[in-house]
Amino acid sequence: MTKELFVQGNEACAHGAIKAGCRFFGGYPITPSTEIAEDLAILLPKHGGSFVQMEDEISAIGAVIGASWSGMKAMTSTSGPGFSLMQENIGYAQITETPLVIVDVQRGSPSTGQPTMAAQGDMMQMRWGSHGDYEPIAISPSSVQEFFDFTVEAFNLSEKYRVPVIIAADEIIGHMREKIIIPHEVEITPRKMPKETPEDFLPFKPTKNHIPEYIPAFGEGYNVHVTGLTHDERGYPDASSPKAHSKLVTRLCDKILKNREKIVATETKFCDDADIIIASYGAPIRSVSAAVSLARDEGLKVGYIKINTPWPFPEKQLEEIAEIANDIVVVEMNLGQMVHEVERIAKDNAKVHFIPKIGGNLHKPEEILSKIKEIKKI
Amino acid sequence: MKYLRKDRLPNIFCPGCGNGTILNSFFRGMESEGIDLKEIAMVSGIGCSSRIPGYVKCDSLHTTHGRAISFATGLKVGNPDLNVVVFTGDGDAASIGGNHLIHAARRNINLTVICINNTIYGMTGGQISPTSPEGSIGTTAPYGTRDKPFNLSELVVAAGASYVARWTTIQPLQLSNSIKKALNNPGFSFVEVVSQCPTYFGRKNKLRTPVDMVKSFKENAINKRKADKLIADGKEDELIGKIIVGEFINKKRAEFSDNVCNLSKQQCGEEHATKSAYLSKLEY
Amino acid sequence: MRKEIRIAGFGGQGVILAGIIIGKAASLFDGINAVQTQSYGPEARGGASRTEIVISDEEIQYPKVQNPDILVAMSHEALMKYMGDLKDEGILIIDPDMIDETEIADFVKQHKIKLFRAKATQTAQNDIGLRIVANIVMIGAITNITKVVSYDAVKEAILDSVPPGTEDKNIKAFEAGYAMDG
Repeated sequence: MTKELFVQGNEACAHGAIKAGCRFFGGYPITPSTEIAEDLAILLPKHGGSFVQMEDEISAIGAVIGASWSGMKAMTSTSGPGFSLMQENIGYAQITETPLVIVDVQRGSPSTGQPTMAAQGDMMQMRWGSHGDYEPIAISPSSVQEFFDFTVEAFNLSEKYRVPVIIAADEIIGHMREKIIIPHEVEITPRKMPKETPEDFLPFKPTKNHIPEYIPAFGEGYNVHVTGLTHDERGYPDASSPKAHSKLVTRLCDKILKNREKIVATETKFCDDADIIIASYGAPIRSVSAAVSLARDEGLKVGYIKINTPWPFPEKQLEEIAEIANDIVVVEMNLGQMVHEVERIAKDNAKVHFIPKIGGNLHKPEEILSKIKEIKKI
Repeated sequence: MKYLRKDRLPNIFCPGCGNGTILNSFFRGMESEGIDLKEIAMVSGIGCSSRIPGYVKCDSLHTTHGRAISFATGLKVGNPDLNVVVFTGDGDAASIGGNHLIHAARRNINLTVICINNTIYGMTGGQISPTSPEGSIGTTAPYGTRDKPFNLSELVVAAGASYVARWTTIQPLQLSNSIKKALNNPGFSFVEVVSQCPTYFGRKNKLRTPVDMVKSFKENAINKRKADKLIADGKEDELIGKIIVGEFINKKRAEFSDNVCNLSKQQCGEEHATKSAYLSKLEY
Repeated sequence: MRKEIRIAGFGGQGVILAGIIIGKAASLFDGINAVQTQSYGPEARGGASRTEIVISDEEIQYPKVQNPDILVAMSHEALMKYMGDLKDEGILIIDPDMIDETEIADFVKQHKIKLFRAKATQTAQNDIGLRIVANIVMIGAITNITKVVSYDAVKEAILDSVPPGTEDKNIKAFEAGYAMDG
């Protein structure tokens, strides 16, 4: 049965997790993400799942990785300070190709910063936060419905690509209430048990598109050895071989980069004839779409691109935008993070502008409109 | 040998290391409890002791430094049918992972933690650890450490574990018997094994050979009952420099993963979901 | 038509629940769109508390309230803090027992504010016998005065939001507020 609810983004996320098949949550309370944990503490036992409040965020993600290898879809939720603590184990999940979902409801930072105010200051930490080379997937909702939908999508992507997937949310989307529609059924990606016998099976051998598709749960007789050390396809450490390391880490990156077009998601509006295109993601999309409506009302040719997957960065889509528009305006709630990516891709074909915002409030549509007028010299 | 991954031998352990003795005692304890290795999943962190699971023919997670017990918590709650064993060391469990250790003991989660306490960081070349005896030399305490060491077993008892024992590598029989009890205990079990690191601890602390180290265990090990009597008689001073061995607690109480399972049974009327990641359809 | 509503009072008056009920009424039972947001942090306990609702029959892009069309004040402190944002000719609903009107007379006149008085706290206390339902009485007044949400939708939203066993008192409170003439 389809259900309609009027809920906070964080509650929608919890419902999305249950619907996606998540049956384990390990976490630690932190504003402004705590409602996700609180709602899952109610919902998980009702669906045969487990909720564990861990002693800190390091152990929270540790427990989630352990639960994933037990055969559960598992997640944690946090905000900046906790996300910082998780970084080492995010790298572990990357190198061990462990599917899991991390929700980061971003708040004003650095440090304790502004616990109850919104920001998008963790975008580069999502990209580079753990040490070493790796390619993350991050998806960013801009409505309560999207927080539900993208949570389901996060679990599916994590299973398809065997990676930790980060939901790059923010305090505004986490705390505001809107109507969501929970469909009776959503498409979910089940994990695949190997078909080979344990003797013939190589748990880290890519079988399709650089991805090792089959994951035996612990206890199935496959005697898998999972290690954070550089390892071979059997999973055995091979940490001093330059060749083994290069092969493994290159494949881990290729797994995302060479499948980029299947992963990335963007939406464009009013771009076909636009000479100014605004690029944004997450909560600021709400201001951007309002500003573009105001601009169109005044006859200005302005459009926008909504980046649903900041990571991997939708390079091709931004290249296309740069070919259409003379000017690209990046709107994000920080002092400049994703704008560097846009510049990297677009700077040869379009002029890239930036409207920074910190302090906790959304950009006002009028602020964006005045930037548009400034560019148009109106 | 039948329990080991032959394709991974030889191992990385130094000659005279206690790890081999301890692993043998583990298998003996496992067999005498009638447990098949198939039921066991091992988890470890970083350090020499944490390399043990990689040589054993079972599912194993070799995780990040200090965090083995948190990974093990998720693994156990995710599938309570697994018999989860954690191999860890003094640096891994008591220093960087100290918080996870006491919280797992508090929850009384059904894990068997074998903590190989060699009172030194061996893997990184001999730095002092939180269990290094006062005055002992390490590369980071060239003039002798002045810190008071943790009494790990007492710490874990205080935190709420339901089975705790300490032995040294010269008591392999008692050790395997405690491992048997630990595996059988439906709760948090902690077996501390005081072990020798001749390469780093021994060389720096005038116990150059494995024999010297083992001899010092023989001279200094004192049974807990005797130690308790000395304390009761006000002769605590006689325990300075001694290693108190024996059982510290063996008292069952409610277990964490059972509580989690029972809650879901109570709330949804069905068994706790396991391996549900493999299902393409779940009842909402 | 986009309507921006702000309800403010002090922590414990149920201001936030009032916002949720109005948002729910609009989006789940009137079939139009609504976004509800609220204040967080220390001010949510004891100090000023506020909730904002944007209601529209079109898609709601910008989710925050800048200049409310409707301001509902359940405490004097909240009124003084937020009155300045109210649109000219906007609707101001106050609980007169909680407010010193002499301080707002000039503002109301100057900005042609449509002022309504809803004795929510007194009605809750005297007619329902439960001071804590003042927020629901106020929802009744808001529904009747502003017509941004329908009577039936609000009733359903209340039943969907209040703890089981308290439905009758809450509906009575709503109806008392709805029947009030400001």
